[in-house]
This record gives sequence, structure tokens and C-alpha cells, in this order.
Amino acid sequence: MALDSKIPAGEMKEKWNDYKGHVKLVNPANKRKLEVIVIGTGLAGASAAAALGEMGYQVKAFCFQDSPRRAHSIAAQGGINAAKNYQNDGDSVFRLFYDTVKGGDYRAREGNVHRLAEVSAAIIDQCVAQGVPFAREYGGLLSNRSFGGTQVQRTFYAAGQTGQQLLLGAYSALERQVALGNVTMYSRHEMLDVVMIDGKARGIIARDLVNGKLERHFGHAVLLCSGGYGNVFYLSTNAMGSNVTAAWKAHKKGAFFGNPCFTQIHPTCIPVSGDHQSKLTLMSESLRNDGRIWVPKQANDSRKATDIPEEERDYYLERRYPAFGNLVPRDVASRAAKERCDAGFGVGTTKMAVYLDFADAIKRYGKIEAGKSGNHSPAEADVIAMGKKVVAEKYGNLFEMYEKITGENPYELPMRIYPAVHYTMGGLWVDYELQTTVPGLYALGEANFSDHGANRLGASALMQGLADGYFVIPYTLGNYLADEIRTAAINTDHPAFADAEKAVNDRINQLMNIKGNESVESFHKRLGKIMWDKCGMARNAQGLTQAIAEIQRLKKEFWSNVKIPGDKNEMNTELDKAGRVADFIELGELMCIDALNRNESCGGHFREESQTEDGEAKRDDDNYSYVAAWEYKGDSSWELNKEPLEFEIVKPTQRSYK
Amino acid sequence: MEHYHMNLTLKVWRQKNSQASGNFDTHSVKNISSEMSFLEMFDVLNEQLIESGKEPIAFDHDCREGICGACSMYIDGQPHGPWQKNTTCQLHMRAFKDGDTIVVEPWRSKAFPVIKDLVVDRGAFDRIIQAGGYISVNTGNAVDANALPIDKKKADDAFDAASCIGCGACVATCKNGSAMLFVSAKVSQLALLPQGEPERQSRVLNMVAQMDKEGFGNCTNTYACEAECPKGISVANIARMNREYLGASLGSED
Repeated sequence: MALDSKIPAGEMKEKWNDYKGHVKLVNPANKRKLEVIVIGTGLAGASAAAALGEMGYQVKAFCFQDSPRRAHSIAAQGGINAAKNYQNDGDSVFRLFYDTVKGGDYRAREGNVHRLAEVSAAIIDQCVAQGVPFAREYGGLLSNRSFGGTQVQRTFYAAGQTGQQLLLGAYSALERQVALGNVTMYSRHEMLDVVMIDGKARGIIARDLVNGKLERHFGHAVLLCSGGYGNVFYLSTNAMGSNVTAAWKAHKKGAFFGNPCFTQIHPTCIPVSGDHQSKLTLMSESLRNDGRIWVPKQANDSRKATDIPEEERDYYLERRYPAFGNLVPRDVASRAAKERCDAGFGVGTTKMAVYLDFADAIKRYGKIEAGKSGNHSPAEADVIAMGKKVVAEKYGNLFEMYEKITGENPYELPMRIYPAVHYTMGGLWVDYELQTTVPGLYALGEANFSDHGANRLGASALMQGLADGYFVIPYTLGNYLADEIRTAAINTDHPAFADAEKAVNDRINQLMNIKGNESVESFHKRLGKIMWDKCGMARNAQGLTQAIAEIQRLKKEFWSNVKIPGDKNEMNTELDKAGRVADFIELGELMCIDALNRNESCGGHFREESQTEDGEAKRDDDNYSYVAAWEYKGDSSWELNKEPLEFEIVKPTQRSYK
Repeated sequence: MEHYHMNLTLKVWRQKNSQASGNFDTHSVKNISSEMSFLEMFDVLNEQLIESGKEPIAFDHDCREGICGACSMYIDGQPHGPWQKNTTCQLHMRAFKDGDTIVVEPWRSKAFPVIKDLVVDRGAFDRIIQAGGYISVNTGNAVDANALPIDKKKADDAFDAASCIGCGACVATCKNGSAMLFVSAKVSQLALLPQGEPERQSRVLNMVAQMDKEGFGNCTNTYACEAECPKGISVANIARMNREYLGASLGSED
């Protein structure tokens, strides 16, 4: 199938304006008759549901959590990018566009990324108007910081809780629409299938997670805002409930899956402490603005960090990448940490960690503080005390979190960090309008593949989620719904609904009737280990081929030996989890197939066969400058469709942060 | 940090559904690492229950990093357990020692009915937000974000109030089952910001009316809510809400 990305013609910087100027509109009276289903209430879903409700559409929003406010966008820490140039440091829409395309290692679509940069500024305006309490300077104006992979300060933040504040803003807008009757909210509900009628998405089957009942919901369009699939690795920084199920059901109903193997491994997470580990916790990338990353120069050095003298420390990022130093993009920083640990220089009990050290920052800030009070020869203890105060103001909540988890005080000892799965750039393939290959079915936010290429820059996920929800879908959805105004709401007695519900019910029965001996959790852990070992930070053809075979075996075992206690007609968290893990297993196979197909290194996808002499990722633009869009063809069977990537403006070069 | 292992006895509230009457079940878990989080210890217990053919304990949890507000266990008589300014998911087992007996219950409050085991319905909080916990600004109406400077102190205070995670520990710990800390945090955040000014009076009146309708109790200034709040939301917000409410009641034209 030929993929039409529907990028508007014309000059890059005029495309979105032109599109908006010519797109079809739906008049207010007709909007009231059109129903839209939104799955997920994170930044993308909550903002889309609120914005569409404001416009007058009848919206139904679904989330599996007990409240829309708990979606995992809430846990984003560091910030949100916007091309405001409030710092007068040379930022512009073009720079943000350029940095994002380059940061994504030239595997994103220019048209989409340019639009993202264009709407970025309006997001900040909207959030401030909603009462989002961003950090401010003493003059009352907004504060900015810099983030990895860029050389300007364009990141807006609210301490280490930016995602929380943005989500609560979107949630309040959503709840306002609930109060006005424009949005109906279905919490503790999970989407278990898309209903297709005459080739279009016309609704969903959802399960009420409290009583287990299946429900049919009609919509003229369905928006999937269901987040990423990092939990395929079992251990990730995602929430425990984050899952691929909604996107996977859509995939099996005809939505192509784009670049599934593009996974972001975040460099600064708290390392694994043992087999009991259920999730990993991120330490915001903003810490790399002030923290210095190092390992001992001597392998297997078991001295305490504070006993290792300065000259015996290897600040390997500063050594390898002098231009960007500790602020290299995430993929580069993660691989460099893995390289040092694999070579035997890791620290901590497991030796799978590196240090993130604030001692220098504390001294630097302390001296500045002393200088402000006119004391130019302060005692060292005073400097340290003052410096700690400054660091606490900037990162206090993160330091507290680190101490709670590890029991160590990061003001005294350097943090121990290691890369962990954090974000998935891959997702459902969408065109410029955010529509999947299924008419009427859209994907927004992390659930789609579109804007981050093979590597996402810090503070860009929040930007994309809100861009899609507040400023893109309100325009592009109208272009589809304008032709649907004559479609009356379809009664859910329609056979397509009955068939879809029956299929969902059959699958639940099948799962419940296995009555095997192994828990869902155990299968999930086994899947995660295969994925992390063979489709993680470094991948090769041999490992991936093995992984595919192992996952196929695991899938057979799962469907013959999984053990789910309880009943389907009640709250049953094991049954919920089983359905999700079953989908993760199938996705895991596709990720390995995609990673095997892409015999090049780009962004977070590092194929050991494709590297430069000094171990940097080596792209192969001649053969792989395309989006891999996989079409589901039945059990363990997919067909590869390619969307060629063309770069009019940002010409691909080997990315260098040296 | 010294690591150690421990054997524990757990007394956990089990309740099949909202209609059923519940009871405490006693379980023992062995060889628990001090490095585990409290919920990871629960994962071990649940795997043990599944292994022996029993139903695992249902509990709300999601982010496991102290920010989503889903987790809600009443541990040894304290919401979120013995650590201060902490959520259940961030409580770690080094807070306990070998041989301890730990009692775990759901939030108990009239306005938070139990759904199953340790899971309660906190929908009342969403309905209170629906009553006015927002600024009415449709998408696309905003002026430039820096058009209106905001005094840093006020912005910081608004942020502190806004850091509420909506977990409901304040209600669970209050002898009156009052939601004043939760409601006042949102009222304060929006009252402190110039953007919240136009709806300042109607907001506080409507949110308080909804709070009363949901069956939450009154505040009698015990301040247990502040002491148990995982985010350290200050009771100064309650004082501010009372002032806002009084002002709005006197000044309201409705």
C-alpha cells in the first residue's frame, strides 16, 4: 500500500498556515451532532478532549485509572520546550525545528516537526492562561533552562513537576467540559477493540474495570491518546498500568505501526537494585545541567566515590564530547554509560551504574552566593552550605526522591545512575492530519510515531502531546468530520458492534480458561528480559533473530500456561494485566522484526554492525531513510510498507556533538 | 546503607466489593529486602497468593514515583505509612524490621466508598474540580505568556498549592473526613494568580458547595491533614479558603 503522508505542498514555513486556511470546517450546529471518542487522558488525550468539547463536539473520554488526572504524563519532570526566545539567545521556530529533526537523527518528517515548532509558543500561552504555575524570575516573568541536545534555553518548567502541572491544567479544562456536558468521562475503563463499519472506525468496545462488563460506544471518530509502550521491557520509567493495548487493537484492525523499534533509553535513572524491582525511576535530565557524570579511571575500583581523587576520575562525556559535554542527547549519553560499564568501569554493588556528581555545582553556586553578599574569601564550609541551598531550590524534590529510594544523600555522595527505558518514539503511523491508515482513527501524543524520529530530545514529549491535542487535532479532525455530518449516530445494536463485543468476550474467556501454573507477572518479566538483552541499548542480527524465536515460544507458553485467579465479572487486576501482557508479547516480536530489518544505527536504535571506528552510531541514509510502517497480516505475520523521508531543509549529516 | 532481609506478618483488609462486608486477613511474607518499596513487598505477597490459588489483593497504584496520587494504603494507622511527606509507593522496607506486624487498610471515609480490598472510589474529588477548579479559558484565547508578570512569591505559593496529587490522604486521616486541604489547595492556587481573578468568588462558593454535597466533614483545625500530606500542602491554604469564602459570601451578587 502506498502511504500518503498528506504533507501540504508549498514552502515549509507556510504549510501549516496554508493547511489551516483551506481545511474543511464543520459548522457549530453540526458539531453538536458529531460524537468523538478519546482514549487516554494524558496530555494528548485531556487536551484533545477539552479542546474538542470547547468546540461543541460530543466527546466521550476513557481512562483506565480512577481519575483522568493520574495519566502518566503527570510524572514528566524536566520541562516543555517552546520557541519563545524569551532569553534572547537566538532561539526561533526554525532552530527548534532544526534541533528536533537533527536530534531525531533524521528519521522524522520535516513537515510535522515544523508544525510542532510553530505551535509550541501558543502552548505556553494557553497553559499560563489556565493557571499553570511555571517557574518565574524575580521580575515576575517566566524562567527557562537548557536541556540536553540544544544550545539555547527554551525549556519552561515547574520545579521537577512540569508534567504534573501541565496535566492538571489540561485535566481542569477537561473537567470544565465535563461540567458543561460536552464531555462524558469514563474512568476505570479500558478500550479492548475498535469497531469498524464500512472501512471506518465507528466506535469501541470498552471494559468497565470495576464490574467487568463490556460496553459498546459509538463515535464518528476515535482518537487514540494512549501513550507509549515502554513497559514491553517490563522495567521502565512508565507507570505500572501504561500499556500498548489500545494501539495494538487498532493495529490489528488495520492501523500500521511505525518504527516500533525506536525506543528511548534515558541516561539518568536510578539503577536496578534487585530482582524484586517493579519499575525504574527517572532522575530528570535537567540534572545534567549541573551534575557531572564520571566513573573511576581504574577498572573495578571499589573505593567510595568521595575517596577517589579528582585526577583518577574519568568525566567521559566531557572527554568524548567537548562541545556538548554532559548535555549530549539522551541516546549518546546512554550508550556512553553502557560502554563504560561493559568495559568494567561501572560503580556501585552491581557495577552497572555511573556517578552523577553535584560537588562542583555546589561549590560553584556557593561561591556565587558568597560573592553576592560581598564575601570574596569565604570559608569552604560556608560555600558548601550556601551551594547546597541553591541546588536544593533547583532540584530539591528530585534529591528527596533519590534519597527515599536509595537511602543515600545525594548532597554528600554522588548519585548512582544508569540508563533505563523511558519513551517510545515509534507508534501508530499517522499522516499530517494525525490519522492512522484506518479512516476515522487518529493517534496523538506518544501513541503515534511522528515527530521525534529515532531519538526524542528532552522536554519535547510534553510539547508534542499538547500540540497534538490543543492545536492540531481541532483543525485536522474537522477535515474528516465535515464529510460525516450526514452520518447519524449508529445504533450499537449494529452487527459490527455485536461481533466486536463477542470477539472481546471470547478472548477474555480464553484467558480465564487457561488455568495454568505461571503468573502474568512472571511472563511479563521473561518478556522484558528478552527485550532488554536483545532489543535494548545495543542490537545485532544474531540476538534479534534469537529474540524472535524466544518470543514466539513465550507466546505459546503464555496461552497455554498463564494463571489468572478470580472472576471476569468483577474487578480483576490480574485479568487486566494478562490482556496487556498478551499484547506486549506480540508487540515485542514486531519490535525485534523491525530492529532486525533496520540494519543501520540511528538515534536510540544502535545496531552493533553499523558503527564508526570510535563507536558512534552510523546511519545508512541510502538504504534506510524511510519510516517502516508495518501492516498486520495475521498471527506473527507483518508486511513492511515504506514511507520515504525527504529532507528539503535540514540536510542529513552525521550527527556530531563533539 | 546497610541492606537486610526480614520476615513480616501482614494484616490486610479484604473486601470482595462495595456491597460485601470486609475482614482482615493475615499473611506472612519471608525474606523481604530492605531495598524493596512497600508496593514491591505487596507484589511479592500477591505472587504468593496467586501461587497458592488465592485472589491477589487489589490496590490502586500506577506511577510508583510519588506523583500520580493513585496509591492509597492506610498503614499501621497512618495514610501512606510511617514516613513523613511520602506516598505509599515511595515508602521503602527499610522503614520496617524483622518480625514486624503491619496492618494495612483502605482509606476510610464516607465520601470514599470501598470498591474492593484496598481500592476506594475518589470520584468525589473529580466532581469538586468540575464545580469550579479551573479557569474558564477556551483553547486559543490566551495572550502572550509574559504579557502579565506575576509576583514570584505569589507564583511560588500557587505552585506549592498546585503540587497536591489528589490522593485523599488528608481526608483519610481527618477525624471528620474533611476535604478542606484538597479543596483549599486548588482554591488557593487559582486565587493567587491574576488569571484566576474573574471567577474567584463563584469558584470558592461552588467548590465548597460540592464538597459539602459529597458528604465530606468539616474542618476543626486538628491539622492532621497537613501532617500526613505526602506533598506537605500547608493548612495556610485552608485559612486562605475560609477568607475567600467569607469574602465571596458577603460580596457575592448571586
